[in-house]
Amino acid sequence: MYAQALNVAEKAHADDPELRARFQARVDAEEKIEPNDWMPEGYRRTLVRQISQHAHSEIVGMLPEGNWITRAPSLKRKAALLAKVQDEGGHGLYLYSAAETLGVSREELVGQLLTGKAKYSSIFNYPTPSWADMGMIGWLVDGAAIMNQIPLCRCSYGPYARAMIRICKEESFHQRQGYEIVMTLAKGSPAQKKMAQDSLNRWWWPALMMFGPSDKDSQHSDQNMAWKIKRFSNDDLRQKFIDATVPQGHFLGLTFPDPDLRFNEATGHWEHGPIDWSEFNRVVRGEGPCNRERLKARQKAHDEGAWVREAALAHAEKRAARKAAAKIAAE
Amino acid sequence: MTDKTMTEKTMPLWEVFIRSRTGLSHRHCGSLHAPDAEMALQAARDVYTRRGEGLSIWVVPSSAITASDPQDKDALFEPTASKIYRHPTFYEVPEEVGHM
Repeated sequence: MYAQALNVAEKAHADDPELRARFQARVDAEEKIEPNDWMPEGYRRTLVRQISQHAHSEIVGMLPEGNWITRAPSLKRKAALLAKVQDEGGHGLYLYSAAETLGVSREELVGQLLTGKAKYSSIFNYPTPSWADMGMIGWLVDGAAIMNQIPLCRCSYGPYARAMIRICKEESFHQRQGYEIVMTLAKGSPAQKKMAQDSLNRWWWPALMMFGPSDKDSQHSDQNMAWKIKRFSNDDLRQKFIDATVPQGHFLGLTFPDPDLRFNEATGHWEHGPIDWSEFNRVVRGEGPCNRERLKARQKAHDEGAWVREAALAHAEKRAARKAAAKIAAE
Repeated sequence: MTDKTMTEKTMPLWEVFIRSRTGLSHRHCGSLHAPDAEMALQAARDVYTRRGEGLSIWVVPSSAITASDPQDKDALFEPTASKIYRHPTFYEVPEEVGHM
């Protein structure tokens, strides 16, 4: 995208203080940084890491829900779930394209995912054993993702910000369809209500962990704030999510698996109990319930799709050669 | 040729432009990889028009686009900033004349 040919970055100037100052002034003035503009190497690296992780998350995120497409309880639910999973594939593609503007190739990025070198959101390493999980993913996981993503629409890097605007527009459907599934179960038979409650009990803490480590432990925050890649801290976004979500759960008659959860009249915020960061670190390290399964599924899809990519390229080459031959014959 | 070298051949990159139903001109909306123009069109339809975003798609090989260099930005665009007489508000029309 955007004429990558110009991307032969002048690495020699990578840390020129004058260029850095000019760059920061543009960011401070809320100008968008575009692919061929000068940028500090750290800014480029951070964006490649963040955007590609985000893309991988969309792609791996198709798996837990793909699990239920063939078993959706009605045609309406099946159609909606298919559309949602298709959106996620699309979101992954918008994001890969945005990352590619920074001078990395799609093949490199996919390779980093498959070899485990790149991370994706830990939330997708949890299993989806019940239909209620489809509702919970939409309501909580997509809800948390929206909280994270809305500020990214104003990210200083143009292609990322533009991709996020598209994504946010589409995510809203995901969250609403999820909430509707949970609502249907919560208002259903006692068994259905229990299914919804069990699912909430499993997803609540992992959803809160999606915002990343607490501000006091977050490695990348300050520089990313200065570069306007990040606009709000992890804890601020988490609090926003809790404040928005808890009343939605109570409305359905569900309870949250946190005995310390209480509303603070003075601050107007819901206060939560301690988050088990050891679990988060375990899942990030690759020891979550489904890490291995997810990567195996991606690798299998990649391997089994190889012949399709090869055939398509061979077909395109053959047609181009025939066209060239016909042209010569006509001359 | 082994399987590996085949798949590692990079898919060409295409820029996608879509004309919305409002009758405005085609607008750049993103890019994608595809082996040829026909498949690029099909992929563009799947990736960029899932919600009735458009009535017409153009795909252009990214390599066919010539872009201005951001380093020339000032030389190219700065001169227009000083030519305020190119804007209608530069000219005074008495209020009695009404809207013009």
